[in-house]
Amino acid sequence: MSDAEITTETPTGHSRRTFIKGVIATGAVVSSSSHLFRARSLSASAAVRASMPRMISLNVNGVSRSVDVMPQETLAMTLRYKLGLTGTKLGCDRAECGACTVLIDGVSHYACSLLTNAVRDRSVTSVEGLEGADGTLHPVQQAVIDEGGFQCAFCAPGFIMSMVALTNENPEPTREEAAEALSGNLCRCGDYDKILNSAMRAAEYARRMV
Amino acid sequence: MAVIRDMMPAFELFQPTSVDEALDVLERHDNTWVLAGGLDSMDWFKDRIKRPDVVVELGSVSELAGIRASGDGLEIGAMTSLRDVVASDDVRSRFGLLADAAAQVATPQIRNQGTLGGNLIQDTRCWYYRGGWPCYRAGGNICYAGTPRSMNREHAVTGQSRCVAVNGADTAGALVALGAQMMVRNAGGERVYEAEDFFVGPEIDIERMTVLEPGDLLTHVRIPGDWAGARFYWEKVRDRKSWDWALASVAAAIVESNGTIERARIAINGVAPTPVRLTDVEDLVQGMPANDDTGMAAGELATRGFKPLRHNDYKVPLARNLVRRAVRGDMA
Ligand SMILES: Cc1cc2nc3c(=O)[nH]c(=O)nc-3n(C[C@H](O)[C@H](O)[C@H](O)COP(=O)(O)OP(=O)(O)OC[C@H]3O[C@@H](n4cnc5c(N)ncnc54)[C@H](O)[C@@H]3O)c2cc1C
Ligand code: SF4
Ligand code: FES
Ligand code: FES
Repeated sequence: MSDAEITTETPTGHSRRTFIKGVIATGAVVSSSSHLFRARSLSASAAVRASMPRMISLNVNGVSRSVDVMPQETLAMTLRYKLGLTGTKLGCDRAECGACTVLIDGVSHYACSLLTNAVRDRSVTSVEGLEGADGTLHPVQQAVIDEGGFQCAFCAPGFIMSMVALTNENPEPTREEAAEALSGNLCRCGDYDKILNSAMRAAEYARRMV
Repeated sequence: MAVIRDMMPAFELFQPTSVDEALDVLERHDNTWVLAGGLDSMDWFKDRIKRPDVVVELGSVSELAGIRASGDGLEIGAMTSLRDVVASDDVRSRFGLLADAAAQVATPQIRNQGTLGGNLIQDTRCWYYRGGWPCYRAGGNICYAGTPRSMNREHAVTGQSRCVAVNGADTAGALVALGAQMMVRNAGGERVYEAEDFFVGPEIDIERMTVLEPGDLLTHVRIPGDWAGARFYWEKVRDRKSWDWALASVAAAIVESNGTIERARIAINGVAPTPVRLTDVEDLVQGMPANDDTGMAAGELATRGFKPLRHNDYKVPLARNLVRRAVRGDMA
């Protein structure tokens, strides 16, 4: 952090605090009155790191990339509109469809509902990061192709990321377990049966690889 | 219907690395918002209904995450993901009720990212309020859900006071039934609440769901050893098997010997603005056999005085049967 990124704030008063209502205050309040009447402690007003620098480096698909990110920017926005990784789809932008599913340190997350700044020190995998350097498809991708798992396939990248998480965490899933693992992804064409076939085949291919 | 907007309105983002630092930022700013997993928060921001100037993101505060032994019980950091709660051997083996409840929250992705604290503190899902209507809870002067023509199938059947919204936190009922305590800190010190006192109904404050005020942080949830290994019963009824809040849920911890209930702690949720601890039922069933007669009596007592709205009277028999099943000893 350079000095330029540190701001000093003017202390504000306590005006925003509404007085604790009597009934609530009966819940074992320890030292809250000392708080209401105490003077601001000077040591605490030392500058805390304020808003993040705009240029941050983000580890995406194994590559560290420098990108200009706003504080309120979601990871889906950064991936799609700053890094050109449009494989991550935006369906609902409300954590309600799964089209934006990516892996953060190997764990599935909705990129539409995650601040990019919250994953600065983590590793992000999007659907573009699955194939090998030589173009070999990931077993999940291969399985999806072999099963013809999707119709319009708008939901496919999200499902595929959830399938990758599944095959990593549970190499021998039952069909039930696969359904549970994919229960955070919606398909509007609704061919869940084929999608599940793909997931089961993906697990099989992944087992063969190890 | 959610509308996709290009970007959330701007706010200043702080990412403290310690509780002290977080409290200091909260103390020094107005119109702040604490951000955990963000899954409850982002809708508000995107829809421009809640517009904080300063957001304090807690993901880097490592002291707030994790599960450790505390006395004969457990202490779970507010920033522990629901996924980690579900996966924890300590939680599963001794307080399986919480793991069962957490496992049915929303979807895998939401459990991976959503935190225990955020789950407990989440705001109600009343769609009038969520849609930005200026109702009582939003500081206005009317309840849009309580009128004869309102859409209130998902709303409260008890505990209404002007506002008829329900608490949707699945882990809340489980923690009430486990006799958990909530540890809250602000710049002035620490306060401890019994889980059932942590949630606030509209008769106390119509604009919030919990005791938390601006500047407060939930730091930990402490689960005492009292109910470790009890017979637990968790059941959540929802319209869809995934991605859905409870229409009603029951969480019960019951200690039996030779088929007789020695002690019980039972909460229902999704039926009132707060999780409801059923102390009368707990008293009633003490010393009774864990069978269907006791369950029936418990269910009747639990729902006595319920006041359904136009479209949610189904919740009364629903809650009655959930309590009945919990008490008579069904396997969850
Ligand atoms: C599509 C969808 C479906 C859902 N389904 C369910 C469901 O079935 N069951 C269920 O229980 N929930 C459900 N949820 C609600 C909720 O989003 C998740 O349960 C999640 O756990 C919330 O956690 P979070 O960390 O993401 O919360 P955040 O959005 O980060 O926080 C929620 C609230 O708590 C406050 N907060 C968080 N942590 C602290 C803290 N430590 N101290 C002080 N304040 C804090 C925030 O300021 C905010 O007001 C659903 C949400 C979505 C979007
Ligand atoms: S039920 Fe509560 S949140 Fe919903 S409209 Fe009425 S006052 Fe608002
Ligand atoms: S776009 Fe993220 S869940 Fe729909
Ligand atoms: S294949 Fe069209 S949305 Fe899934």
